[in-house]
Amino acid sequence: MDMPRPDAAILSRKAAIVARLQAALPAGAVIHDAAETRAYECDALTAYRCAPLCVVLPGSTEEVAAALRICHAEGVPVVPRGAGTSLAGGALPTADCVVLGIARMNGVIETNYADRYIRVQAGRTNLSVTGAVEAQGFFYAPDPSSQLACAIAGNVAMNSGGAHCLKYGVTTNNLLGVTMVLMDGTVVTLGGAHMDAGGLDLLGVVCGSEGQLGVVTEATLRILPKPEGARPVLIGFDSNEVAGACVSDIIKAGVLPVAIEFMDRPCIRATEAFAHAGYPDCEALLIVEVEGAPAEIDDQLARITAIARRHNPVELREARDGDEAARIWLGRKSAFGAMGQINDYVCLDGTIPVSQLPNVLRRIGEISRQYGLDVGNVFHAGDGNMHPLILYNANTPGELEKCEAMGADILRLCVEVGGCLTGEHGVGIEKRDLMVSQFAPDDLEIQMAVKDVFDPGWLLNPAKVFPLAASEARRAA
Amino acid sequence: MKLMEPETEAQVADAIRDAAGPLVLRGGGTRGLGAVAGDVLSLAALRGVELYEPGALTLVVRAGTPLAEVGALLAGEGQRLAFEPPDLRGLLGRSGDSTIGGVVAANASGPRRVQAGACRDFVLGLRFVDGHGRVLRNGGRVMKNVTGYDLGKLMAGSQGTLGVLTEVALKVLPVPETEATLVLPGRTLADAVAAMAAALGSPFEVSGAAWEGGAALLRVEGFAGSVGYRAEQLQALLAAHGESVVLDPEASAARWAGLRDVAGFAGRAGDVWRIACRPSDAPALVARSGDRATVQLDWGGGLIWALVPEGTDLRARLGVYDGHATLLRGTGGPVFQPEAAPVAALAAGLRARFDPRGIFNRGLMG
Repeated sequence: MDMPRPDAAILSRKAAIVARLQAALPAGAVIHDAAETRAYECDALTAYRCAPLCVVLPGSTEEVAAALRICHAEGVPVVPRGAGTSLAGGALPTADCVVLGIARMNGVIETNYADRYIRVQAGRTNLSVTGAVEAQGFFYAPDPSSQLACAIAGNVAMNSGGAHCLKYGVTTNNLLGVTMVLMDGTVVTLGGAHMDAGGLDLLGVVCGSEGQLGVVTEATLRILPKPEGARPVLIGFDSNEVAGACVSDIIKAGVLPVAIEFMDRPCIRATEAFAHAGYPDCEALLIVEVEGAPAEIDDQLARITAIARRHNPVELREARDGDEAARIWLGRKSAFGAMGQINDYVCLDGTIPVSQLPNVLRRIGEISRQYGLDVGNVFHAGDGNMHPLILYNANTPGELEKCEAMGADILRLCVEVGGCLTGEHGVGIEKRDLMVSQFAPDDLEIQMAVKDVFDPGWLLNPAKVFPLAASEARRAA
Repeated sequence: MKLMEPETEAQVADAIRDAAGPLVLRGGGTRGLGAVAGDVLSLAALRGVELYEPGALTLVVRAGTPLAEVGALLAGEGQRLAFEPPDLRGLLGRSGDSTIGGVVAANASGPRRVQAGACRDFVLGLRFVDGHGRVLRNGGRVMKNVTGYDLGKLMAGSQGTLGVLTEVALKVLPVPETEATLVLPGRTLADAVAAMAAALGSPFEVSGAAWEGGAALLRVEGFAGSVGYRAEQLQALLAAHGESVVLDPEASAARWAGLRDVAGFAGRAGDVWRIACRPSDAPALVARSGDRATVQLDWGGGLIWALVPEGTDLRARLGVYDGHATLLRGTGGPVFQPEAAPVAALAAGLRARFDPRGIFNRGLMG
């Protein structure tokens, strides 16, 4: 994955740039020592690393604006960073950039239960948003698996999803407003505590723009009343096709589960060896979770198991209590860890039409044999968001490159069957150069035109999302 | 004034490239706001279903497809557009067939918006032609997609000022088995807002919360057992707000269709405003609207429909609050809420990029 060559003129002005930032920000808010900036050299896509010119950690919207004004005046690129959990390299620095970390801004500004929203500083972690409201019986719905660590700022930037978005939607469906600082230091407010835009829906395009349009410093989030209860059922099948057909039938039947998770045999085996969740050794396994009062749950599970039985499952296990529910989820929740224990892996994130599940799983198997690298599949089947895990050995020279090439083939397959490159992780640097397989040049041009409006100098996270060749003229201008 | 009715996307692009002046974009002509001048570009002939996969909850249709046709197709599979697009013909005194492209361009969302989301939340992808005459594609047809910028949100509700929609991909949902509506009669506005907040803050999945003619209305939908249970729980929860009665499914559906379409204001003289706000601000905002305003509330109070004497500058009366007001019918001010300078500058910048000649519904949104 190439990154642009750092600007030598900026590197040579490091001392002056750091001094200006230090003068404008409180003591301790600027990190420039090479030993300390290394902590910011990568995000969760750890294969790529580069220490930035320096790091700023502002404590308020005003300080963010002050830092951005200086970087704007100096012509220095800025890479915004939430908690650094991006799997796509969204927060990967370049040597000539200032990393703007928002993690110190983690407070709750306002909670309003009558109007069902919370306003937080954007550095607050996802899970602690729910933590702030759960005593009153509320929660914040988007739940990416990194929710213990990831920041709302990053969730907004990547339009993060999670396991429960089948029912509750992703970040953009739960975001009411933001305070955002543009690259030139202008502070703008989009949305608020009300629903929908009075003019153009700028909030809708900011969410998912991967930190390229502005730095989000505050967010107003919709909170929802917690359901009375939830219970999963585990269903095992001896074929991926049948499991896929079962998913489709459940969706068609009008039951709206909160989650339908899917694991294939390689994943089930690795997980069993690691977590001993008692999963059956079968080709495909579904975990379907429903919510409501006990009787409502019984009713929905009865409908789901009736549908599943028509597909002759090899295993059908309903959770009767909290312990059994936890055991059913245990394997799914430790799947990534289990796979990570046996190998290094790359986690893909393509989405496909649900009807294509069996076909795509079969073709992933073929691609796996062709490259000689194993794949485990564990994903959100209800919405077609796949997470193939390609296993490789980082210590074997050339294997990462082989793994990336294989991942690119799988993602192109997702696009070919009517899907997309990324369902919830974002493009970052990881899928940047594959964008041409999903979009025509004009489709990318109109997206870049949006960035032109928000950040005419292309200083904010400039080397992400768009293929470097496509954005080159703008970045060089 | 010329009328153009392209039948293909390529013809739409040609018409835009060849346009000598401003264009008025029209779907079915049932919900467009404000007065714009120019040659009419009608999308009504660009119709048809590209793809419908009930098992994937996915529908892809050309922009000029009538909403009624979409509704009938979905109903055949027991599905629907969950965002409940209003039929504003009565309110706005229009005739014709609403099109799906017009619905998306207006981000037209009804009572269920409070629970299920707005039209913009169901747009999976779209195709449109920009002011250069370029055919562009964004999003896709899958449920989760963060590949590139989400222009579907930007186009939804852009009222045809950024480009001409030619095709939209929408998420559809199953029609629930049944529904019921709790009616709490004789409630003051403040009490109704409190009751609706309690209901929407409960785990009973309220899919509509409105106040009209002194009655608070709360809808639940789902399987029969669930609906019965939740209606009962809500009655208990709201006992302090007075006795309630439960409408059967047919009466419930009819009542919400009327609320959705603001049928109560149809045919009555005056200006009609639509105000989005924080639900708990609704009582104060209604008070500021003056004695001569007739109001009904939706979205638990987060949406105020106000009928006021013609020419009333309601925005001036409302002052500063968290929200915005749109003038649907009448003369009391600009149609869309003026925006703060930096936001207006961004919007103007986007318009200049998407429509450099300023030919799409010129002047409508600024």
